[in-house]
Amino acid sequence: MEHIVIIGNGISGVTAARHIRKLSDKRITIISAETDYFFSRTALMYIYMGHMKYEHTKPYEDYFWKKNRIELKRGYVHTIDHLNKQLVFTGGETMSFDKLILAVGSKPNKFGWPGQDLKAVQGLYSFQDLQELEVNAPNKDVCKRAVIVGGGLIGIELAEMLSTRNIPVTFLVREFGFWNGVLPDGDSAMINRHIRNHNIDLRLGTNLREILPDDHGRARAVVIEETGEEIPCDLVGLTAGVSPNIEFLKDSGIELGRGIKVNRYLETNIDDIYAIGDCAEQRQPIGNRKSVEAVWYTGRMMGEVVAQTICGNRMQYNPGHWFNSAKFFDIEYQTYGWVHSTALKPDYESHFHWIHPDDTKCITIATNTTNGKFLGINAFGIRLRHEIIDRWLTEEQSTDYVIRNLGSANFDPEFYLRFERSIKQAYTNQFQTN
Amino acid sequence: MDTIQRNMSLTGEPPKALNVLQKLGTLIGMFGLTIILMAGFNIDFPNKALWLTIALGSILSGVVLFSLGAYRNKIAGIKNDGVWFKSISNRGYLAWLMGIALTLFYIVLYFYPAYLGLNENGANTGIIALFDPLSMFLSGNPASEWFVYGTLYTIAIFAFGIKFIWKYRNNRHEKIRTVSVMFFQLSFAFLIPEFMARLNSETFSLPYYDLKNIWPLNYYNFEQYRVDSFISAGDIGLALLIFGVVSIFVITPILTYKYGKRWYCSWVCGCGGLAETAGDPFRHLSDKRMVAWKIERWVVHSVLVFVVVMTTAVIHSYLGDDATKYWLTRDVFLISVAVFLTVLFAAIWIFKREQLKKDARYGAIGYLTIILLLTALHFSSGKTLFLFEAETLRSTYGFLIGAIFSGVIGTGFYPIFGSRVWCRYGCPMAAILGLQQRLFSRFRITTNGGQCISCGNCSTYCEMGIDVRAYAQKGENIVRASCVGCGICSAVCPRGVLKLENGPLEGRIDSNEILLGNDPNLLQLINRN
Repeated sequence: MEHIVIIGNGISGVTAARHIRKLSDKRITIISAETDYFFSRTALMYIYMGHMKYEHTKPYEDYFWKKNRIELKRGYVHTIDHLNKQLVFTGGETMSFDKLILAVGSKPNKFGWPGQDLKAVQGLYSFQDLQELEVNAPNKDVCKRAVIVGGGLIGIELAEMLSTRNIPVTFLVREFGFWNGVLPDGDSAMINRHIRNHNIDLRLGTNLREILPDDHGRARAVVIEETGEEIPCDLVGLTAGVSPNIEFLKDSGIELGRGIKVNRYLETNIDDIYAIGDCAEQRQPIGNRKSVEAVWYTGRMMGEVVAQTICGNRMQYNPGHWFNSAKFFDIEYQTYGWVHSTALKPDYESHFHWIHPDDTKCITIATNTTNGKFLGINAFGIRLRHEIIDRWLTEEQSTDYVIRNLGSANFDPEFYLRFERSIKQAYTNQFQTN
Repeated sequence: MDTIQRNMSLTGEPPKALNVLQKLGTLIGMFGLTIILMAGFNIDFPNKALWLTIALGSILSGVVLFSLGAYRNKIAGIKNDGVWFKSISNRGYLAWLMGIALTLFYIVLYFYPAYLGLNENGANTGIIALFDPLSMFLSGNPASEWFVYGTLYTIAIFAFGIKFIWKYRNNRHEKIRTVSVMFFQLSFAFLIPEFMARLNSETFSLPYYDLKNIWPLNYYNFEQYRVDSFISAGDIGLALLIFGVVSIFVITPILTYKYGKRWYCSWVCGCGGLAETAGDPFRHLSDKRMVAWKIERWVVHSVLVFVVVMTTAVIHSYLGDDATKYWLTRDVFLISVAVFLTVLFAAIWIFKREQLKKDARYGAIGYLTIILLLTALHFSSGKTLFLFEAETLRSTYGFLIGAIFSGVIGTGFYPIFGSRVWCRYGCPMAAILGLQQRLFSRFRITTNGGQCISCGNCSTYCEMGIDVRAYAQKGENIVRASCVGCGICSAVCPRGVLKLENGPLEGRIDSNEILLGNDPNLLQLINRN
């Protein structure tokens, strides 16, 4: 029987395994060095915050794997010998495969800051990172202040996590607004204010110069690049993005770039070896998407596609319209289509921005000025129905149409106040004043 | 993994100390409880009305102060920080202490009301006597153990309802729903029956009737003494009796068709009301395992069969045999019940069979066969209907289900098994509503395209133990018999994935199963294979 081996038990690897099982009777093994069972990485923050326990983050009960004949192997793959189709684990154990799927995920970025490898300096990606955080920042007595470096999705999550334990947080953001390499200025500014309302010491336009050690090799303070200010702290969170976790593949013969190079079929340069999820790098970016996409659902979709290919229905990875979501403290965020940041938006893209007076809800709609077509929408504090917006994008509707029909895309719970009228009014006024 | 888990719980030291307002609230609330407890030890309070007001006022304001302390200085949003760290909400020492105290209270209430001050002959003493002034004021009668219980129950729903509204003040749906629960408890469950008692005189007497408490939850509604009492109370009594029948056979199906069982379980019902308010801090303790779901299906439907059998036997026992006196004789009644059950079964079997799981089919066929056989046996050989005396069935049901299951286990074990144990495993009303919700209702929880990240907040905070995530991550609608539609899964979802909705029946269950994202729809491809 053909043996499919998957390295990595995150959403990509597990989805691939589940779909291969649905489609075939092949022998399947998932290898992980991180945990015995699949868990939702995105839920790590909730364990630290006390909303959930580790067991709640497991999407399948432990019996699931045996029932579906998916073998789980705990171990760290040291080298891949593709000529003999064999894996070597640290410790010397080996495992042979017929087809190999690399779903090895990411690791936190470090940009060569002095002191970045000190104790109490860490990222937040893996289960082990969470355990380390429990040691470094169990409470505000052990951790009197934390400094977070990098204003992205994980940075703001870490800030929220630490603040639930009343640990004072200084949040260093290189850009001049939170995540405003991605968010338009109006959206970013509202999130800035929300972060500060949560008593986070948000420092915009601020870079890290170095991290200073104490006598035991632990971080004791950071130094700000711009001002030379020294901020004492007991934890430094490095959250300036992630990059593919591919160091162990350096001499494997598998072609690497920033990630593992794959074609649209998710095939690497070596026969019978595939790469999916965070670690895969498309040779040609697809549409406006990045060539490496570290997003939950893209990992899931790649897993679905590679399962088709492996089971004899060779299929291209063909993601539809871009979408994503996140939550910034108490404000939910959803995006559909492309809404670029103010600084990076192309010339033809114009933005309509509406914000609620309570400063917790806003939307930004991107329009192609050359033809009035709807390009995408950011929604904060308002839920939108994926199916509807996705259809509008496919139908290439105009922004006028989207504004007129926005009510039909509302996905807020029943009895919530609705703002379509106010949005429509603002949209109309914008033209009258112009 | 084990060592890792242990390590984490040892080092995790989140802030769980109470702030000043919370301490003050606890103190005031405990003071109120202490007054009642002291009355229990027969300490005679000189001015009972005053002391009762102080006691109840203290409990109410204690809880309100506590919630103010907990949420006042926080920005509106989801407030589940540290839930799994706190002793009270993580089956710790405090939880067990509270569970034992509640259980003891229920045992005394149901089986030893004398300890509360109920005296067979003569005036009340103790706790019940403390409540006499309020009872006299409302209904004109001295208090009973049930009046004490009803008052405390209402205070609990009210006080913790205010806490719940503070906690979920970002969520208009939850606020409105909670106001509804508080309203129905205060008016329908508490005040109206007391006022109705005021109407009673020498010649006119209505039984105590909480109008929203529908058979079979209200399993004693058609017992002889009540039916006699309804009938003897003339038009009003007859109207109430008819209302009791109409509620379960007409009103309930219509509302459940339109809105799902939530209209009752999360908006009206008193058991649900307590679970959603006082029980809210324990909602995450429900068992989410597949095996729990299997047990739930067997137990709750067995209770339903039990209540149908028991009620049939009880009504049968007091009906007459002479058709000339009254059209509804024993035989007519029994045959009607048999025909009704058979038609109901046949309808489900013909139209909805493919939606029943294997164990549901076995269960339905098995139970129907047994009931029909026993009925036939009764007709053919004259054996006692259902083999046991109606009174035996009645008292057994009252003891096992009415007292032990719904009270002692259902509420006493809140801090251990979660807040909806009774609703999930025991309530026959929930079983009926659930059957209908699963087979014939517009209600569903919709999932939002491909936005789910499988985080598990929805499943964790489902008080009914539904693994919501299992559906959401597949992009499948959630249509489950047990779902009470409280809306908390939707509230705690960080990605805006879940929405409670009413819509057309078509495609409700076998939803489009679209996980949006990939252009060729892979799931359809797999389903086709």
